Amino acid sequence: MLTIDQATYDAIVAHAKKDHPDEACGVVAGPEGTGHPERFVPMVNAARSPTFYEFDPGDLLRLYKDMDARDEEPVVVYHSHTGTEAYPSRTDIGLASEPNAHYVLVSTQAHGNSEGPVEFRSYRIIDGQVSEEDVSVVDHS
Amino acid sequence: MAIEVRVPTILRTYTGGEKAVSGEGATLSEIIDDLESNHPGIKERLIEEEGLRRFVNVYVNDEDVRFTGGLRTSVSDGDQVVVLPAVAGGA
Repeated sequence: MLTIDQATYDAIVAHAKKDHPDEACGVVAGPEGTGHPERFVPMVNAARSPTFYEFDPGDLLRLYKDMDARDEEPVVVYHSHTGTEAYPSRTDIGLASEPNAHYVLVSTQAHGNSEGPVEFRSYRIIDGQVSEEDVSVVDHS
Repeated sequence: MAIEVRVPTILRTYTGGEKAVSGEGATLSEIIDDLESNHPGIKERLIEEEGLRRFVNVYVNDEDVRFTGGLRTSVSDGDQVVVLPAVAGGA
């Protein structure tokens, strides 16, 4: 199960709505080994595409060096789908490379940039196997 | 001539869980061949045909090797090589 605080949940949803119709992406870092998503880090989608996302390679290096220096790991890796449901695509599964991460998908297809609910779902993706997990949103992490 | 190579989580199955290993060579290509001799299987995860895999990023002293000659990028003692899989996907 993914346990995430309301402020971080809201920040992910806001990022997805803001970047719609392009896919939004980022991580929530947390202390290594704890599984607690604590530090929200929105990333630029270097692909600027409605059907693809990729962290810029330079940004990626800075992010990982920064997490290393803080003894953090990417607890959540999130991105949005803007025209399809919040389920990992074949590409998402093939490229998933953080076996310890919760892969969060947000779908903005229903309301785009506007107010309104989004699909917010979380998965583990390990060796090409996808398993969905419950999401628990709490007041404070 | 030892070069530190930082290994991402997903490839630590090849390094016995080590986050960093040392490699030897004068170019990135030689370093990867040296890694392969100590950690069999790792090369195939980094390279396809003649080049780096599209969704694998390699940096020498913080420079993305795509801009410094790819596998021919030269390395010398004390340099640091970082391997990071792309964080990417799409609908």
